[in-house]
Amino acid sequence: MSSPVLQIENLGKRFTLHHQQRAQLPVLDDVNLSVRAGECVVIDGASGAGKSTLLKLVYANYRPTSGRVVLYPGTSQELDLAKAPERTLLAARRDVIGYVSQFLRAIPRVPALDVVAEPLMEGSTGGEAAAAAREEAGRWLERLRIPSRLWQLPPATFSGGEQQRVNIARSMIKPRPILLLDEPTASLDAANSRTVVELVHEARERGAAIVGVFHDPEIAAAVATRRVAVSQFGRNA
Amino acid sequence: MQMHDAAEPLLRVRGLRRLYGRRVAIDEVSFDLWPGEVLAVVGESGSGKTTLLHSIAGHHAPDAGSVSFNAREHGHVDLYSMPEGRRRALARTDLGFVHQNAADGLRMNVSAGANVVERLMSLGQHNYGNLRAQAAEWLERVEIDPLRMDDTPLTFSGGMRQRLQIARNLITLPRLMFLDEPTSGLDVSVQARLLDLLRQLTRQLGLAAVLVTHDLAVARLLAHRMIVMQKGRVVESGLTDQVLDDPEHAYSQLLVSSVLPT
Repeated sequence: MSSPVLQIENLGKRFTLHHQQRAQLPVLDDVNLSVRAGECVVIDGASGAGKSTLLKLVYANYRPTSGRVVLYPGTSQELDLAKAPERTLLAARRDVIGYVSQFLRAIPRVPALDVVAEPLMEGSTGGEAAAAAREEAGRWLERLRIPSRLWQLPPATFSGGEQQRVNIARSMIKPRPILLLDEPTASLDAANSRTVVELVHEARERGAAIVGVFHDPEIAAAVATRRVAVSQFGRNA
Repeated sequence: MQMHDAAEPLLRVRGLRRLYGRRVAIDEVSFDLWPGEVLAVVGESGSGKTTLLHSIAGHHAPDAGSVSFNAREHGHVDLYSMPEGRRRALARTDLGFVHQNAADGLRMNVSAGANVVERLMSLGQHNYGNLRAQAAEWLERVEIDPLRMDDTPLTFSGGMRQRLQIARNLITLPRLMFLDEPTSGLDVSVQARLLDLLRQLTRQLGLAAVLVTHDLAVARLLAHRMIVMQKGRVVESGLTDQVLDDPEHAYSQLLVSSVLPT
């Protein structure tokens, strides 16, 4: 079996609310998890158990209280995101870690096609690269059933389900080695949910290491190659 | 992981301090800014944001600390130990400064076109036809009708004046822009247009920027990184979404929950 792409070691997260009598909110404690290329690990657990928090820690959106989040452990490329400088985190998000959040953060005035194409344009210049990126973005939008008459409009006015599909396309268009899925099908109909399941399979087949949280047990079962319960992490909140 | 293109930061700020009389305006401010990065500086009024911006832009010498800029052919140079003339030349080519009040950054009594090409003229370009063509091009890029080229900014709206300031700065393709509350005082729809324009330009031109703002939504949209200032000191720094979604310092938590201390 291949070596892990992502290794989470003794990871803990505790929020300190300074203006609520310095209340301490322990959310995760001593989490250990390794994910290999071609795996899709689904995290199970009750609402509020810390599933999304774990994904946010791996994406470096939240900063860990303790422990490590290691990319490419044991190789010359090993990188602990808990200690990496900001600039390295930005580069890791650009090239290594994709994250599908529940909501699209709309950018005013940017057409849906460009919102999706943008990750492919970063760091490349010239009209040819941009045209190729837009062409690929069109393929993703088509696959996710966004009618082409909407492509040139900013997604701010789209329905919740359409925005989520634009978000999925934007987050998955670049084939990054690690993919984090935070309830990507929460507001999708059956046909689009099936498409997302296919897209996850395809990402796994090209070798992505995937960690996901799903509210729908059927979708979770359809994409998982392994399931881990939050309680198995040794959480003692 | 081979993740970086540039070997050295564009701007290096170390231990910066500035006093107003006996009052400490900023103290112990240090950070690096890399090519293409947008850094937001947030904090309440009087926290030292604008003082910091003027100090790192070369406008006011600090009382302690250093600011060095990676100049194209000279490598890292200390902004305040270079001769005045060279600092001014640098400010006209590689740097840009967008003032909160557009009138501070424009010549209000000369035409929009002349405002836009002033930097080129100071660099010795005097071909009238060429200057007009460049003025028209840059007015268009900031979404001002080139037919307004011969009007003075006095006849422009607030949003147009801010866009004109931006064009005037960008014409020399600077590598670093300083933006002081560029969207404050503008209507929300005008703000959105300006923000989108800034976002596009910073990305297309690979421009780095330091953005002072009190508007966290503006910072979220434009900035990769953020520093939070309180009483002249940096109390927290991180990726923009880290600071906004997981603020750790008591003051950052107040700012993010919008319960501003009065």
